Amino acid sequence: MNVSATVTVEGFVAESLATHGRDPRHLLQHLIRVQQRFSYVPDAAVEALSAALDVTRTQVRAAIAFYAFLHDRPRGAFEIRFSDNITDRMLGSRRLIRLLIERLGLAGLPAWGRDLVRADGRVSVGLASCTGMCDQGPALLVNGQAVTNLDAQRVDRIADLVQEDTPLERWPGEFFRVENNIRRRGLLLGNPATDGAAVRRLLDAGAEAALAEVERSGLRGRGGAGFTTALKWRFCREAPGTDRYVVCNADEGEPGTFKDRVLLTDYTDLVIEGMTVCAGVIGARRGFLYLRGEYRYLLPHLESVLQRRRAEGLLGTRILGADGFDFDIEIHLGAGAYICGEESALIESLEGKRGVTRKRPPFPVTSGFDDQPTVVNNVETFLAAARVVQWGGYWLRGEGTDQSAGSKILSVSGDCARPGIYEYPFGTPVHQVLADCGAENTQAVQISGAAGATLSPADFDRIIAFEDLPTAGSFMIFDHSRDLLDMVRNFAAFFAHESCGFCTPCRVGGALLRNLVEKVAAGQGSEYDLSEMRRIGTVMRRASYCGLGHTAPNHVLNTLDKFPLIYGRRLARASHTPSFDLDAALSQARALTGRDDIGAHIEDGSEVSA
Amino acid sequence: MSKTFKLDGREIPFETGQTIMDAALAAGVYIPHLCHNPEFAPHGSCRVCVVDIGGRQVSACTAAASEGLEVDNSSEAIGETRRAILQMLFVEGNHVCPACEKSGACQLQAVAYYTGMLAPHFTHFFPRRSVDASHPDVVIDFNRCILCELCVRASRDHDGKRVFAISGRGLESHLVIDSPSGLLGDSSFAATDKAAHVCPTGAILPKGRGYETPIGERLYDREPISIVGDVRAQEEEVL
Repeated sequence: MNVSATVTVEGFVAESLATHGRDPRHLLQHLIRVQQRFSYVPDAAVEALSAALDVTRTQVRAAIAFYAFLHDRPRGAFEIRFSDNITDRMLGSRRLIRLLIERLGLAGLPAWGRDLVRADGRVSVGLASCTGMCDQGPALLVNGQAVTNLDAQRVDRIADLVQEDTPLERWPGEFFRVENNIRRRGLLLGNPATDGAAVRRLLDAGAEAALAEVERSGLRGRGGAGFTTALKWRFCREAPGTDRYVVCNADEGEPGTFKDRVLLTDYTDLVIEGMTVCAGVIGARRGFLYLRGEYRYLLPHLESVLQRRRAEGLLGTRILGADGFDFDIEIHLGAGAYICGEESALIESLEGKRGVTRKRPPFPVTSGFDDQPTVVNNVETFLAAARVVQWGGYWLRGEGTDQSAGSKILSVSGDCARPGIYEYPFGTPVHQVLADCGAENTQAVQISGAAGATLSPADFDRIIAFEDLPTAGSFMIFDHSRDLLDMVRNFAAFFAHESCGFCTPCRVGGALLRNLVEKVAAGQGSEYDLSEMRRIGTVMRRASYCGLGHTAPNHVLNTLDKFPLIYGRRLARASHTPSFDLDAALSQARALTGRDDIGAHIEDGSEVSA
Repeated sequence: MSKTFKLDGREIPFETGQTIMDAALAAGVYIPHLCHNPEFAPHGSCRVCVVDIGGRQVSACTAAASEGLEVDNSSEAIGETRRAILQMLFVEGNHVCPACEKSGACQLQAVAYYTGMLAPHFTHFFPRRSVDASHPDVVIDFNRCILCELCVRASRDHDGKRVFAISGRGLESHLVIDSPSGLLGDSSFAATDKAAHVCPTGAILPKGRGYETPIGERLYDREPISIVGDVRAQEEEVL
């Protein structure tokens, strides 16, 4: 953080290029390093990277503008970003942001895309989409490191540390403590240990037999979409190509999800083992773990596990002495883009580009990284796959329902006594999860994140399963003290911020929806606005290019149906209210003409216009 | 025997590898579109060409034609979706048709009319966007850009120059120019580039020519775009 005067931007870029190579696909990784070192990406770095990697400077700048954690202007030496998920807000984050702003002598409030940077350059304060600490929020990131369990005292202390220019290494260690909070263990969480048994089993039984076990298990992707894992692996195995790749999607960006954080912390070996087994089955030599920027603090731990497994002969060339079984894994960092959780956008990002979804087909299984056959699976899927290969397909089938074999790991947060990680067999009803985590007086559950479904008490007998309530694991609880419109406002702003901008319905519709939600929240809405929200939401759901746009209006459409009162009680008028204030619009004319008499005013703009 | 699928009940022949859009255009059936241009790889971003196949909406420009498909290109639901998308594009930028040299020969305007959008609908964003007149032969008015990426694709795939790119994300997405100053005049762009002749709106216009064709006699003034076809046909003539 204290930039030493001796390192020039050019020198730093040259060193990064020398260490990490000149593959244009490493552009994003170089940019992240420059950002971390200098608190922004200076023009000199843009020029140097553009020249060295044979990408246009415009492409470099476009990448900087795309990723929320990259900047073309300096942020503070201490770059602070508050997690702005609804669960952070429910735990009082807005009050704490104001407190820190005041203590640091900054003015105004940060908004998505608008950071406050202090004139002396020492500190900046901004927002981040959910940082995956919902069970121990409110949370923030300081220079990419997660700080949890914020309260007024902790924020006060942070302000002091910033004022004293104390380097992060000397900040109190407990600020950075991240608890696992595992509350209920099942098939997967019961035992974190492995000694390479799944890889051995693969080598003993052969790739076809291992794949047959995955087929038998009925394992489906745990990232939310639920595609059959064995089918994905088989498509990739049989697709023509010169190379094959295994990608672990650790871009856990869905608001309210944090189970991958725990799996990557304490079940790392099993996740890596699942990737290795997949590599053996499909014939891949290289793998990538795409780690969301918010989890950068896990990097040293992950690297050390990879290193140990190389030493143990479980990664690298001739794994466990098997001829021709070569496989190794690189970790690539994300930089604050929710869309990169979508597998084809993730691959674009792996290739160093803006994370814009690819046209499909072709799907990644036939044309993924470097246009070669690629398997992209969720962290939890790889973990389950490792155990399936080790213990056989029937082991997973021992729990769950016909269509949803095994268990699901939930990230439970919001209004409950015991937020944290809960593993349940598929088929578990919502009310049981609520009872176990100590939720009372529950008004609503948002399942599978901001993109998921809003459940009312009438839904609480429904079950967690692909055939009823599919979920990537996010489970946010709202009791009756909450105004659900706060949730809607938070999600609408989130999706407007996270839309990649490629297609019209998501790019424009998302922003229109956010503005209409704000209009209603401000008490200026009418029935007409609600019907417009439905209309826009429907167009986004039907006509968007990718899953982000298809699911982005869910929360609005769900709450309009199930919780109409959160809107109805705020409507100013029955039919129509204009979105601007006619009288205020005349203020410039009044100033120019020097008039302020009653004739120069419109009493009630909305009445005149309506 | 060629293979066929059904578009609004009419049999459309196609060859393997063709999209629904390719086959429809070849058969003389119009599916409204903006980001699609048969000279370039399908893009699928504007979403104006959505059609319905068994309750699922897909973009005709990217969906592969296949035997026996029943494609709906003209129901009220499809029309409503397209109209809403056009209404979105019109409030995202600053499209002042009466003051635009391209009016009457603008594909955005013509497609809007075709879908039945006769007036603005949503609340305007009124973004602050600039005009780049730094190039001697061509002017870029970013107010009219609809992010179809045709100039990006033409410059990259046809001209071999990579003059244009899209930067930012969400509603902040915007067209940028690859030059030290970010200005067109500073780039390697030339009026003879393909990229100068693919814009479906009035965002990229030649300088020194104004209102040569009077209003009332323009490309889409007498017949709708479904009969006349894309604006690019006219651009070719100018070249």
